[in-house]
Amino acid sequence: MAQAIEAHDLVKTYAGDVKALNELSFSVQQGTVFGLLGPNGAGKSTTVKILTTLSRADSGSATVAGFDVASQAEMVRRNIGVVQQGTTVDREATGRENMRLQGQVYGLRGRGLENRISELLDRFALTDAADRIARGYSGGMERRLHVAMALINQPSVLFLDEPTTGLDPEVRADMWTEISRLANDQGLTILLTTHYLEEADNLASQLAIVDRGRVVAEGTPEGLKADLRGDAIHVELAQAEGNGHVTGALAELGGIREVAVDGRTLHARADDGARAVPVVLQALESRGIDVASVSVARPSLDDVYLRYTGRTFDKAEAEAGEKSR
Amino acid sequence: MTVTLRHSWYMTVRHLRALWRQPAWIAVTLVQPVIWLLLYGALFKRVVQIPGFQGGSYIEFLTPGVLVMTAFFGAGWGGMPVIDDLNRGVIDRFLISPVHRVALVTGRIVQGSLAVLVQSAIIVVLALITGAHYRNGVGGVIVMIFLAMLLAAATTAWSYGVALYVRKEETLIALMQFLLLPLTFLSGAFMQLSLVPGWISTIADYNPLNWAVEAGRSAAMKHTDWGFVASRTGFLLALLAAALLFATRAFRSYQRSI
Repeated sequence: MAQAIEAHDLVKTYAGDVKALNELSFSVQQGTVFGLLGPNGAGKSTTVKILTTLSRADSGSATVAGFDVASQAEMVRRNIGVVQQGTTVDREATGRENMRLQGQVYGLRGRGLENRISELLDRFALTDAADRIARGYSGGMERRLHVAMALINQPSVLFLDEPTTGLDPEVRADMWTEISRLANDQGLTILLTTHYLEEADNLASQLAIVDRGRVVAEGTPEGLKADLRGDAIHVELAQAEGNGHVTGALAELGGIREVAVDGRTLHARADDGARAVPVVLQALESRGIDVASVSVARPSLDDVYLRYTGRTFDKAEAEAGEKSR
Repeated sequence: MTVTLRHSWYMTVRHLRALWRQPAWIAVTLVQPVIWLLLYGALFKRVVQIPGFQGGSYIEFLTPGVLVMTAFFGAGWGGMPVIDDLNRGVIDRFLISPVHRVALVTGRIVQGSLAVLVQSAIIVVLALITGAHYRNGVGGVIVMIFLAMLLAAATTAWSYGVALYVRKEETLIALMQFLLLPLTFLSGAFMQLSLVPGWISTIADYNPLNWAVEAGRSAAMKHTDWGFVASRTGFLLALLAAALLFATRAFRSYQRSI
């Protein structure tokens, strides 16, 4: 079984003709960390709900850990762990009680269960807080408890739905460390959804960019960025110049593409940004154009998103925010 | 089956533990039936003087009424913590685990039934002290409490199902406010039905709360009619089965909509 998750043409329409998924397909290799990246409302959570058997697709099919999510839901459930958006721990119970109930419903009991609980609490640095009511936990502790609960049945596929949304930056960094450690677990496949570009970039070995219920691009973060071919060069001019004058200066240079001038800012793309900078500066100087500053940036996932969807990630997020209001 | 029972018990433990940690809830739960029994007992004391009243002392007449009313109200609000669980995603977490859906409902039912049992014991003892006489002894009292628990179980399951459909606390509160008191007064809980307007006693015939009150009274007090007790027990069992089916279907509808 090489594929831990396979989704084929998933379609889901909510009441009021809201199309959440529009023939969404992707597959996840066993033992990898797969990121579903997209703005809020792109369909990531709906995908997770279908793959974890909580919800059903209108059409299309999917398998998780080799079992069909519709016809073999019971087997899927036994083989997955899920950390849903927000946290779903019982705040009126202690950490240990939460863990125990979660273990019990998977059929674990007695000494074996208690040992597993202690081991997981220890692993997620919750031993000291284990017998305190979860209501008093910090956001980070609650999230760690949730991950520990999701691992109680030793799942082969772990779903993390927006695992760091709502966490402070430093707590988020801790969570990233935890997730990276999980990724080293033997054979564990992780499906991570996120609307943080850096998070996908940092954690996922494979990535699918989701937009309006479809996968618009799939690959490794590096591969997706490499597909954009080249670094972005931004030149800040000392004063506004005629656009033709500036572009003309760079027209004959080899390896400099996509030259665009916007007021005093010049954008261009080159295969090797660092090498292109002196050439660009020389060409501008020879035409008497003064330069205030230069910067070179590796292509970011934001650039990737822009290329495949035609809008920047921030703009898509803002649109989603307006829609949900 | 055994797995479902075991899961129900795990859920029961979860609910009982949460309540156990709320001393205020425990205090109110224990004191409320006492207040109802004493308050209604004093308020309607003169009812026994109405010609045609056959109940003996009013406390004796009232005891099954307060017992069933207490069980009914507690169970009617049973959907409230369900909405809290829904909002927190706790229900979602259980729905994608191997837990059987029915166990989620029966866990609440068992917890509610245990509360009814404790409340009923308080009412029964207090009524005994204030002059009620149980003609059929302990056996009759047990049947009366069992009927109250049966009504509570069915009501909890209905409330659970409704919570899954409406998913909003305000809606559930409005609905329960609308139903609980009228159903209580459209019954023989406080007044002998032969002394109320005909339309009320007609409605009462179809009111599950009245089944529990009249059958409980018949089992524990004067004028025992075991055939009547058996038929009303059957009605309540059928109601419980229908309510469980309704709640299970409500899960399906909830999962389709998300």
